[in-house]
Amino acid sequence: MEPSFLLLQLFNGLVNGAFYALLSLGLAVIFGMLRVVNFAHGALYMLGAFAAYLLLQELQIGFWLSLILAPVAIGVLGMMLERTLIRRLYNLDPLYNFLLTFGLTLLIQDAMRLRFGLQGQPYPAPSQLAGATFLGTFAYPTYRLFVIVFSLVICVAVYYVIERTRVGMVVRAATEKPQLTRALGINVDRWVTPVFGFGVALAAIGGVLAAPMRNVEPLMGSEIIILTFAVVVIGGLGSILGAIVAGFLVGVLASLGSVFFPPATDALAFVLMAVILLVRPAGLFGSEVR
Amino acid sequence: MTRRTETDLNQDRGLGVRWNGRAWNYVAVLFSIVVALALPQFVYPALALDILLWGLFAVAVDLLLGYGGLLSFGHAAYWGAGAYGAAIVSHNLRIPFPLAALCGVVVAALLALPIGYLSIRRRGIYFAMVTLAFAQMVFYLFNEARAITGGENGLQGVPRILPGLNLDASISFYYAALPFVLVGMWFAYRVVHSPFGRVLVSIRDNEARAQALGYPTHRYKLIAFVLSAGLAGLAGALFSLGHGFASLDQVHWTTSGLVVLMTILGGIGTLWGSLLGAALVLLLRDWLSAFTDAYGVITGAIFIVVVLNFRRGLWPRLRELLSPRRHSEKI
Repeated sequence: MEPSFLLLQLFNGLVNGAFYALLSLGLAVIFGMLRVVNFAHGALYMLGAFAAYLLLQELQIGFWLSLILAPVAIGVLGMMLERTLIRRLYNLDPLYNFLLTFGLTLLIQDAMRLRFGLQGQPYPAPSQLAGATFLGTFAYPTYRLFVIVFSLVICVAVYYVIERTRVGMVVRAATEKPQLTRALGINVDRWVTPVFGFGVALAAIGGVLAAPMRNVEPLMGSEIIILTFAVVVIGGLGSILGAIVAGFLVGVLASLGSVFFPPATDALAFVLMAVILLVRPAGLFGSEVR
Repeated sequence: MTRRTETDLNQDRGLGVRWNGRAWNYVAVLFSIVVALALPQFVYPALALDILLWGLFAVAVDLLLGYGGLLSFGHAAYWGAGAYGAAIVSHNLRIPFPLAALCGVVVAALLALPIGYLSIRRRGIYFAMVTLAFAQMVFYLFNEARAITGGENGLQGVPRILPGLNLDASISFYYAALPFVLVGMWFAYRVVHSPFGRVLVSIRDNEARAQALGYPTHRYKLIAFVLSAGLAGLAGALFSLGHGFASLDQVHWTTSGLVVLMTILGGIGTLWGSLLGAALVLLLRDWLSAFTDAYGVITGAIFIVVVLNFRRGLWPRLRELLSPRRHSEKI
């Protein structure tokens, strides 16, 4: 096997991992603060891609501005969902919000199918990132390199915000000991809606990034959300670092694995999850025992 | 003695029957058998069969959720495994359909053994996510194994054979399948009301205490998981035999979600409710299909309304309405 081919697969894996990391990062932030596993994350990722597509079609707004506008719009939508629906189930078992967001997913996906059909809509990559970049032994599409770098930048930025800023401190405190944080006079509730919107916006960023690479279609989020769940179980639910590391790890391992055993490409992430459940049920970076 | 206790009063009410859980169950059994026998008179046979089989499927999910406290979000894998198992065997060996269905049950239970073993290491929301992820893995495997499963095309033209009887009409298969569904329901009922079922409930309520009392809780949960998967497999097997096809739809996560919706709508921890939930969802979808093809919007909306407003389910409500003095059991 040629080494450059393996290297190419490594980059493909990093691209996939970039999306897993963005999505599981959003899930982790939301779960940490709200104890909600947001099933609708995949649907919101899809809406992010559609937002970029519609901004281009209707308002001729290009990729770069969409990369800011679409996540903001979907983030606001997320905050509205949190205010109107998700909020009502906080004092119940987290399973109920899981089911609620599952219902939301069905509804959003099908509504988009009725409006746009299942045919994928093309979305052009920005002209600055067209073509390929030569990387020593092989050429790689410039846009995909951008996706890897951009996702990494976002991940590092989020990690920094959570670990080093005052807002992050509140989020971390509320994640670990919500009651105690309240008792110390910090208004945890004030941060709940923005944090949810922020997590959703991360999914929407993933959607915008995916638009030029994959067809924009209503079911584009329905497979990646399940993979993201596997990633989150591997990384340890609620762990920021775990989400990022596991995201890229799953992307790369699945991609390299497909070289040696092609039929199992799709299943590899789940095999990895099975191994983690056997060896370390709490996940790579998870702290709780169960 | 002049003062009468409340229990005495309860015994005097009505026709002298002690209107307790057991009596209720006899009424429910008789009523549901009568309904099951008469169902094809009211709805077309294919829908009647769907109600029956999705009902059994929902009962299987409730066995695990209502009594073991484990929400499996991946039961499509076992419904699908049963469907494909029975379809493949029936297609290639042309054996009588009860045997094919049995093969489906075995395939589903065997699949559930390793997945259950891994999944029960987590509980609550994690358990739901892990079972969902494993079911998606099964989906990919079924899609990939085109030589056996037909990939995206699924398997068509699955025969249903019973020596001496012609089962070509949907209505004849409905009555042929009914006894097996009833046996499945009876089995679920027996499991829930056995000492095993009591231990399961105690694990649901307080696993640490059950463990401290010396019960190997993991083994109990695993057995419950496999039994539930086997029942789901039976329902799935009869489904593919009854409709003459097995398709990837049956293994998809939307199927897992739909059956959970039926279980919750009916009432968690009430096997009868699951039947009610299945019937209601299917009838509603069938009725609405005359106006729209927006199944996802409808199912999603029902889901949201049920989770927000009808979490306790219909069956507990119904029991309250029918016997106002009886305090419904806490779920």
